[in-house]
Amino acid sequence: MLDLFTEFFREMAENHPRWNFIFFYQGVQAEKIWLGLKYTIFLSVTCLFFSVVIGVVGAWLQGSNMRLLRSFVQGYIQLFRNTPPFVQLLFFYFALGQLTPTYSPDGWLEVPIISSVGWAIISLSFFAGAFNIEIFRAGIEAVPDTTIEASEALGLTRLQTYIYVVLPLGFRVSLPALNNNLVNLIKTTTQAFAISVPELLYQSVRIWNDYPSAQYPAMLLLFVVYVGLVGIMVFGMNRWEQKLRIPGYGN
Amino acid sequence: MTTSAPWTPDQPIVSLRDVYKSFGSLEVLKGINIDIMKGEVICIIGPSGSGKSTLIRCINALNDIQKGSIKVEGQEVHTDKLNKLELRKKIGMVFQQYNLFPHKTALQNVMMAPLLVLKEDKASTEKRARELLAKVRLADKEDAYPGELSGGQQQRVAIARSLAMQPDIMLFDEVTAALDPETVKEVLLTIKELAAEGMTCILVTHEMGFAREVADHIYFTDRGVIVEHGAPETFFDNAQDERTKLFLSQIL
Amino acid sequence: MTKPNNFAVLKPTPSSASLQYDPMTVSRFLGTMSPWTLFAIFAVLLIWPTIASAQSGEAVRPFNALWRWMPFLITKGFLFNVLISFLCLVIGTGAGVVLGLGQISQRRFIRAVSWLITQLFRNSPWLVILFIVMLALPYEMTIFGEVYYYPAWIKAVLGLSLPVMANISEIVRGAIRSVPNTQWEASEALAFTRNQTLWRIILPQCFKRMIPPWMNWYAILTMATPLVSILGVDDVVNLTRQAIVAENNRPELLMPFFGFVLILFFAYCYPIARLTLRLERKFAVKL
Repeated sequence: MLDLFTEFFREMAENHPRWNFIFFYQGVQAEKIWLGLKYTIFLSVTCLFFSVVIGVVGAWLQGSNMRLLRSFVQGYIQLFRNTPPFVQLLFFYFALGQLTPTYSPDGWLEVPIISSVGWAIISLSFFAGAFNIEIFRAGIEAVPDTTIEASEALGLTRLQTYIYVVLPLGFRVSLPALNNNLVNLIKTTTQAFAISVPELLYQSVRIWNDYPSAQYPAMLLLFVVYVGLVGIMVFGMNRWEQKLRIPGYGN
Repeated sequence: MTTSAPWTPDQPIVSLRDVYKSFGSLEVLKGINIDIMKGEVICIIGPSGSGKSTLIRCINALNDIQKGSIKVEGQEVHTDKLNKLELRKKIGMVFQQYNLFPHKTALQNVMMAPLLVLKEDKASTEKRARELLAKVRLADKEDAYPGELSGGQQQRVAIARSLAMQPDIMLFDEVTAALDPETVKEVLLTIKELAAEGMTCILVTHEMGFAREVADHIYFTDRGVIVEHGAPETFFDNAQDERTKLFLSQIL
Repeated sequence: MTKPNNFAVLKPTPSSASLQYDPMTVSRFLGTMSPWTLFAIFAVLLIWPTIASAQSGEAVRPFNALWRWMPFLITKGFLFNVLISFLCLVIGTGAGVVLGLGQISQRRFIRAVSWLITQLFRNSPWLVILFIVMLALPYEMTIFGEVYYYPAWIKAVLGLSLPVMANISEIVRGAIRSVPNTQWEASEALAFTRNQTLWRIILPQCFKRMIPPWMNWYAILTMATPLVSILGVDDVVNLTRQAIVAENNRPELLMPFFGFVLILFFAYCYPIARLTLRLERKFAVKL
């Protein structure tokens, strides 16, 4: 079965020189694509996690009584929303990267303690996190004061009200926007290409630099994979939204 | 100011003395005095913006006051030493907009506060919650979410939710104002039954017929002061003050 | 968003609208910040490396270098990014409007194709689209036997226009959908044709509503322009790198130079965000 598959694409490459799906029949190239896919997914999932953590913590800090703290969070949000994520990546990796200490595993090489993948995770998490803070805050603010009041009138403490009433409701409001932002994050992981993170785009470019005949197939693969990843993400989030939907509320 | 002798049922259960309240420069309450005995049902009526809602919200400390004293079962409400939790266990409140928790079923709404605040065990709370829902004639709706209920049904769940805390006093803040005319009746019936059982009730309402039927005492407020008060019969049939007369002539 | 039930579960906030598909959120938040933040960020970016390099007693030198390069980076670099963004906006808007109208066409086939194109370019990463356009398009064009060569940045403009087009398409579709159905029915009752209804009744109503999200996409587009540097177009990022190389690649230059690029974008996008926010508020009331 697998032989048939590889044979088909090998033949296709011979008959149609521009459609050389080399990664479907050559182990080394397949390995590259596979590795790239793993990096893309790893990067997406890790940044997703950290950006949501940043979002929750940041939204909480924005409700703080300390003005300085609030301004600080606000400054962070504005800086990261208002500048290109691509330049942020470069700034983190090249500019901040040179300040981080290095270590030497073998006595010769100087290896920075934060790799390019590490910087990509830091940079992209902060980028998406800035959006998440505002998304969560908007969700929390959408919970009516009167509902919070009712909870207090029943004798729930502030913390109880927050945990049992405000968060469950606010989170549901935040979901569609969160969904959007996380999709955007997945798409933005491609920009880690610029700091040589070996993700899918990087690997594809490597392949078509070596085998120009594989250019179109690799591009097609990129399209399919990213639309697929985004599709899975949207599908999953929609399912979750459905599950959390409150019967009788909304349409 | 100091804690006096423990409260006994022959003293007013709620007592307001010279209460002043303002929002910024806007004075809402200007010297309110009310005494309510245990088991009494009082209705506060008056034109909108006359401070009725603010008045009862001050009783369970949802609003603070600038001057005066509010005592509930002998305890001063507006002091720094107030234990809000203890106060709110004694006082239940029902709102105009029901304010149910939309992500919880009717039964969960009723059970939430006893579980979280009173730390009661789940089995007995559930049992009591079922009884309360039956009492407000919603036994068949316990698994429905607020969004699936009519306004009147939601309001009755809200009443059950407050009763689950076994309060001594119930506050009703224009609880029928947001309801369709046909569902008003079922809510009023529930309140009437509650009053008949001897619950101390303080109502802000626009339902004059209901006030007349159920209240032991009527207070008429306008522009932050109590203009006139009395038993329903004398109040409605024999109002003295011009403002009261004008109001009643417009509304009846 | 849809009208809530008769109980106040959620406030009818404008934010609920933004929480839907349009990413107006960017501008909304950018626009809410106070101008002093700009200076604060400036200060942090400039003071931090100063302190870092102060220990070596060479605090001033990187900034002298930056000062020398600044006019070049702005006029030859950043303004080029702005030019690219303008061209992309024009092309993307034109194509996006056509595609958006295609999405509400009465012909099923046109609707399906328009939808597919929109979704494809909306959901693919900008960089992937850019790569594909840059590499898949030829470097020359033959018109009437004459061969024209055109520079790579023209292709970059095309590449960035495609995702803009797809997102404008969604804006157009969403805006038209947001006009109540009764408007269509009323026009039909008055015997307007479909085209008349669309151009005379519906579009004038939603035109204003489209402006804020459209401007918001312009800001996003501008922030995507440095991606062209990956494909060898000499935009502000590439010129910055070249400038650093020209200054002997001294590592202490990295922070001020890249920081400067960040500030340039910030200084350009921030006023747009504020204006967008203001227009959004203004138009929201009227509709």
